[in-house]
Amino acid sequence: MKILAVLATWMVGLAAAGAGEISGYVSVEGRGFLHDALYDGQDRDNGSIAAQPEYYHEWENGSSFTFVPFARIDSADSERTHFDVRELNYLYREGIWFFRLGFGKVFWGATEFVHLVDIINQTDFVEHIDGEDKLGQPMLQFGISPSWGNVEVFILPYFRERTFPGEDGRLRTSRVVDTDDAIFESSSEESAKDLVMRYSNTIGSADFGVYFFRGTSREPLLATPDLIDPNDTDETRLIPFYEQINQIGADVQYATGNWLWKWEGYFRNGYFQDYFATVGGFEYTFFDVAGSGHDISVLSEYSWNDRDDGGMTIFQNDLFGGLRWAPNDEAGTQLLVGFSQDMEQHENALTIEASRRFGAHWRLIVEAWCFLNAEPSGVLHELRDDDFARLELAYYF
Amino acid sequence: MQSMTKIPVMAVVLLWTAVAWSAPATPDERGWEIAREADRRSSGYGDSTAHLRMILRNRQGQESERAMRIRSLEIEGDGTKSLCIFDTPRDVKGTILLTHTHKTEDDDQWLYLPALRRVRRIAAQNKSGSFMGSEYSYEDIATQELEKYTYTWLRDETYDGNDCFVVERRPVDQAHSGYSRQVAWLDKSAYRTWKVDYYDRKDDLLKTLTCKGFRIYQDRFWRAGEMNMVNHQTGKSTRLLWSDHTFGTGQNELDFERSRLTLIR
Repeated sequence: MKILAVLATWMVGLAAAGAGEISGYVSVEGRGFLHDALYDGQDRDNGSIAAQPEYYHEWENGSSFTFVPFARIDSADSERTHFDVRELNYLYREGIWFFRLGFGKVFWGATEFVHLVDIINQTDFVEHIDGEDKLGQPMLQFGISPSWGNVEVFILPYFRERTFPGEDGRLRTSRVVDTDDAIFESSSEESAKDLVMRYSNTIGSADFGVYFFRGTSREPLLATPDLIDPNDTDETRLIPFYEQINQIGADVQYATGNWLWKWEGYFRNGYFQDYFATVGGFEYTFFDVAGSGHDISVLSEYSWNDRDDGGMTIFQNDLFGGLRWAPNDEAGTQLLVGFSQDMEQHENALTIEASRRFGAHWRLIVEAWCFLNAEPSGVLHELRDDDFARLELAYYF
Repeated sequence: MQSMTKIPVMAVVLLWTAVAWSAPATPDERGWEIAREADRRSSGYGDSTAHLRMILRNRQGQESERAMRIRSLEIEGDGTKSLCIFDTPRDVKGTILLTHTHKTEDDDQWLYLPALRRVRRIAAQNKSGSFMGSEYSYEDIATQELEKYTYTWLRDETYDGNDCFVVERRPVDQAHSGYSRQVAWLDKSAYRTWKVDYYDRKDDLLKTLTCKGFRIYQDRFWRAGEMNMVNHQTGKSTRLLWSDHTFGTGQNELDFERSRLTLIR
């Protein structure tokens, strides 16, 4: 926390000197769970506070410096009390090329329910199970945009491990993922470098990208300790194992009239097996419904992969449906209701997320996740009693 | 050689005087001529940047404000490329709306969401929806491409001390526009738009836009400093306050590409 105070003082100092601009948010969050905790050690509910200030400075020549630290203090889970440098980078631009050096954040993808091809940044899973929170990734990014598209090359010199809830936290597996004991296929462990190349372009009303990734997989395989050491019979832990992979991924977004078509897919060559994964779907929007000014969108996506252990992987054969409501009011109100159905395990889940602004600086987010049906053999089984509602009030400055 | 070139020049001069002096035969032709002249006078700026404050006022008189920066680039033979970068409200700070308008085809539009560092394409057909909860719809704020309407000259009239043409324009894409028609007042001296009445699909008066505080830039381009859109059916209104107009800033097409949205702020 001392580091935070120093950073905060430094940032305010810089801003006061007129060297750049400060923005960001502070928030309070409460999560209430519908059922009693299933596992020993878990607290029932939790409250937390978080801050994500952002310092940005741009020079006359268009190059810039960005610094975005993030911190959360959680009442229940010591793993969720964490600090991260989301971004700390220098960007230099000159004509058609640019490079970025430092901790950065890059998103690739088209679909809404699953982010399959997004690979540069590790998921900050302890933040939220939706997988949209990401850890800062150290990178050297080089990009060039000739007339025939955009080419980017990334060298990622250091690997970030996925975060997981600790023993006290909800939304975890029955065995706690022991993030202090991760093992790697590469003997260089976290220092193994990743290399990524991507080509993207827009042709007509379609945006697409294709990439090749070679390096450490962002998704750990979670192993019981006895698989690694037969003498280790500890039944309270899971050990994350990070394999080396080669992956070719692609994403497409296409717009026509009221339709948006989205597709993502990848082929992965890894330690255990090679497999193909894909997700695709559409979003159809009824604009200005009956002259009300409200927009209503209907979304549907289907995800599939051909992993041998498919039954135990999430999104192996899943259908998603959603409804988005945007009244286009001055409070920027948004509502998204989503439903997922596993076509093999008969598991399903319902999510509701709504938010609106109050005044010029506040935003309230209300969210609920219900694991409606979880089969003993399915992936949601361990979360079956973790239905929760989340309330977040954020102050943006 | 001299005598040969003289003939076409004479023909052009004669043709020009014929167009200038004979009133177009029908109100539709006249409406088109006026719209085309207004379009001609407002185009050719190349590229520009401006600051925009948007003040939303509800029926009870409560106000809320948005601030944004607008950058635009004319594309010869096609439409306009524009960036709208939000500064306030703070929860949407850094959000960027990128629009490529086209003369006849559907426009292309993307939204950059800074929290996720994600660029989302948005459906091209969104025209009548409100822009940021204001009384302006997406079609109101988009660059008005000449080809997207048909025109009729209605009458000449004095508005606010200016001798004006009153021209009606009807959207070509009637299925997606929020309007059946618009009636615009343009002054005869500089073809500036002073007032527009918007009629909804049932042909009832929906909104009125009034413009004032015109300033000339580069000795050629008139820009309104203040625009006020009043919704007669809801009692709400939105004022746009423009400032810091600059032209010829050296922006190029690459600055308006989807792939570059993650590099700007």
